[in-house]
Amino acid sequence: MPTEHAFPDSAAKGTLGGSDAERLSISMGPSHPSTHGVLRIQLELDGEVVTKADPVIGYLHRGDEKIAENMTYNQFVPYTDRLDYLAPLANNMAYAIAVEKLAKLEVPPRCQAIRVITAEMARISSHLLGLGAFGIDVGAWTVFLYTFTEREKLYKLFEELTGARFTTSYSRIGGVSRDVPPGWLERVDAFCVQFLPNLEEVLNLLTRNKIFMDRTSGIGVISKEDAIAYGLTGPNLRGSGVPLDLRKDRPYSGYEQYDFDVAVGTQGDSYDRYLVRGEEMRQSVRIIRQAVAKFPPGKWCAEDARRIVAPRKDKVLTSMEELIQNFMIVTEGPQMPPGEVYFEAENPKGALGFFVVSKGGGVPWRLKIRAPSFCNLSILPKLCVGAMVADIVAILGSLDFVMGECDR
Amino acid sequence: MPPAPDAVAALKGGWAGVTERASLDHPAVNVPAADLLGVLGALKGAHGFDMLADVAGVDWGEGAKPRFSVVYHLFSTSTHAYVRVASDCPLDSAPELPSATGLWPGANWHEREAFDMFGIRFAGHPDLRRIIMWDGYAHYPLRKDFPLAGVESALPDAEITAETGVGTIAAPMMGGPFVASTGQMNMGEAEPRAKDESWNERRPKPGA
Amino acid sequence: MASANAELAYNSKIEGDVVVSRADAVINWIRSNSMWPMPMGLACCAIELMAVGASRFDIARFGAEVMRFSPRQADVMIVSGTVTYKMASAVRRIYDQMSEPKWVIAMGACASSGGMYRSYAVLQGVDRILPVDVYLSGCPPRPEALLDALVKLQEKVKREPSASKLLSA
Repeated sequence: MPTEHAFPDSAAKGTLGGSDAERLSISMGPSHPSTHGVLRIQLELDGEVVTKADPVIGYLHRGDEKIAENMTYNQFVPYTDRLDYLAPLANNMAYAIAVEKLAKLEVPPRCQAIRVITAEMARISSHLLGLGAFGIDVGAWTVFLYTFTEREKLYKLFEELTGARFTTSYSRIGGVSRDVPPGWLERVDAFCVQFLPNLEEVLNLLTRNKIFMDRTSGIGVISKEDAIAYGLTGPNLRGSGVPLDLRKDRPYSGYEQYDFDVAVGTQGDSYDRYLVRGEEMRQSVRIIRQAVAKFPPGKWCAEDARRIVAPRKDKVLTSMEELIQNFMIVTEGPQMPPGEVYFEAENPKGALGFFVVSKGGGVPWRLKIRAPSFCNLSILPKLCVGAMVADIVAILGSLDFVMGECDR
Repeated sequence: MPPAPDAVAALKGGWAGVTERASLDHPAVNVPAADLLGVLGALKGAHGFDMLADVAGVDWGEGAKPRFSVVYHLFSTSTHAYVRVASDCPLDSAPELPSATGLWPGANWHEREAFDMFGIRFAGHPDLRRIIMWDGYAHYPLRKDFPLAGVESALPDAEITAETGVGTIAAPMMGGPFVASTGQMNMGEAEPRAKDESWNERRPKPGA
Repeated sequence: MASANAELAYNSKIEGDVVVSRADAVINWIRSNSMWPMPMGLACCAIELMAVGASRFDIARFGAEVMRFSPRQADVMIVSGTVTYKMASAVRRIYDQMSEPKWVIAMGACASSGGMYRSYAVLQGVDRILPVDVYLSGCPPRPEALLDALVKLQEKVKREPSASKLLSA
């Protein structure tokens, strides 16, 4: 028999006899269709109404931070893919920029444009899946199939650029691993053009749908103060009315050149968060099209960063100097100066932060990953109290978290 | 977004123990454990750093004094600036710091994770228990003396252990991870090795 | 000794509406073509599993679109994603709750062997706690690879001596 779960305030848990005698303690998850991965919520129910909710995480803890202390900076890039595995390219970029800050390395404009385009495509991909999963959870199967069709088109583009459908491992410290293939930018633009009407068709299934609105309006309301106090970021924060978007407020990787709006909600309920994500997809398309139109020529990685970026392959195979340089970078890692940096990027789920402590050398001393889903989930005990069990499903869908990131 | 150097100066003026910390990007301060809540409260209230972005535990190694620190990153939603606050845990054998949950309820989970990974306790935390590893786990994984491969221990569910006969094992590293350690170069370990290393071009095969 | 996967025999002129066959062939044919997966979707491979269920790589063609999250109603458990030690107990418990006959597909590198996560928290291969029938490599495996694994599992099922197992059980 599983041991009895100890709630945080178990001392106040009351004795049998009295209203507590009617409470049912039930474990929702870790294998549950609606928990979006391996999340377990220990619920205490009074009939259908939740009186206590205690999320138990850690079912996908893979030891990423400890692994980072044993890998070179470039070797860790595949692990960053699998943090928020719905938008791997965005994680790759956030990690690369954070480590480049250690050496104060500037990447050329073409690399920045590639990073912005791929990050916005990853944002569209992540929100589409969030939308699809949210739809399935509240009962709308069609939404899932439509969004997956669009995601398959994105996967085709990712595969052409990076070699993998997702889990791309595309960035390197100092740039990206390869340049865009010929014709890729035109295909991205063509995708954007056909995506907008398809997106409207998908959103039309839900936005004015009476059933959907009844299930999500007024459910899971997060106030502005709560959102800031619990460290929420991303669409969850913006849905509550706080206009914070790191792409606008602390622009990185050339975001200041692009013209886009930030979607901000008013009520802070699940419906608002859904609307914010839908609008963000439209804005992402805007950014991509501008980036493709302004795409600069040049190199896709920093040159002359001698102990950090691998030199050109043709030089490596023919010249001794470059051969040694490449060997050192691959075996020892890109040599970073000692110091500490903290960088947050605006990922689809929120602000993904990397705190890198370097003591010199090619391997970090400590890499702390500030996962947006970890902070977004911490508000769950407060949100679920007073809600019904079916509402929890709507709340989880609207928070749009990913356990790979939350547990690392 | 200009950094807030006046915040650092104000903090140094307000508390004797606060010193400036070397940082590559954001303004940073070192704060002794006794002044931590005062400094965090001042940053949150007077200087407008209303969001707690991150709480990271750091283990500086078994020989370092002090061994454990906790690094807080605060963010201001109005000026969009960050500030880093680092505090060393006074005792190495029982690292402890005051809890920031009174200032930010979001610190609850971050501090539970620092406790889980390093064993750093937070005085005044409402519910300090493990969050990532299972409740009965006996080790603190991110400490430097804990191996990446892990140590053998029992699975969380005794029934399953009895049924399958499986416990946690040290993950098979097979000579890896194949990277030189921090700050050190060891070229001999980095190269691919021959299967039979008893002889090479300088040393003849034994018995030949 | 005739093999278990002998074809069904049917000749309408002689037998009319009666089909004569070996019990094994019929049972295995039914089982393999309507294999309901229990998606143990843990991590990134779960996304590829969802993609297999979606329209481009339709798993419904193989009779497996009914993804039953209730173990009592499922036939094959597709372990997709990293199994950590904390999760291992839940996976085993769910496997025990599945009713016979049941099979397991270990999808992806993490489920087959621990993948690239050689760390203290990851179970080094789900076959340490479950008997696995098909291992699928990839990180994540392409949806076509998962369909290939399903087809291989179907072929394995077609070769099983199911009638004698049922009679002896």
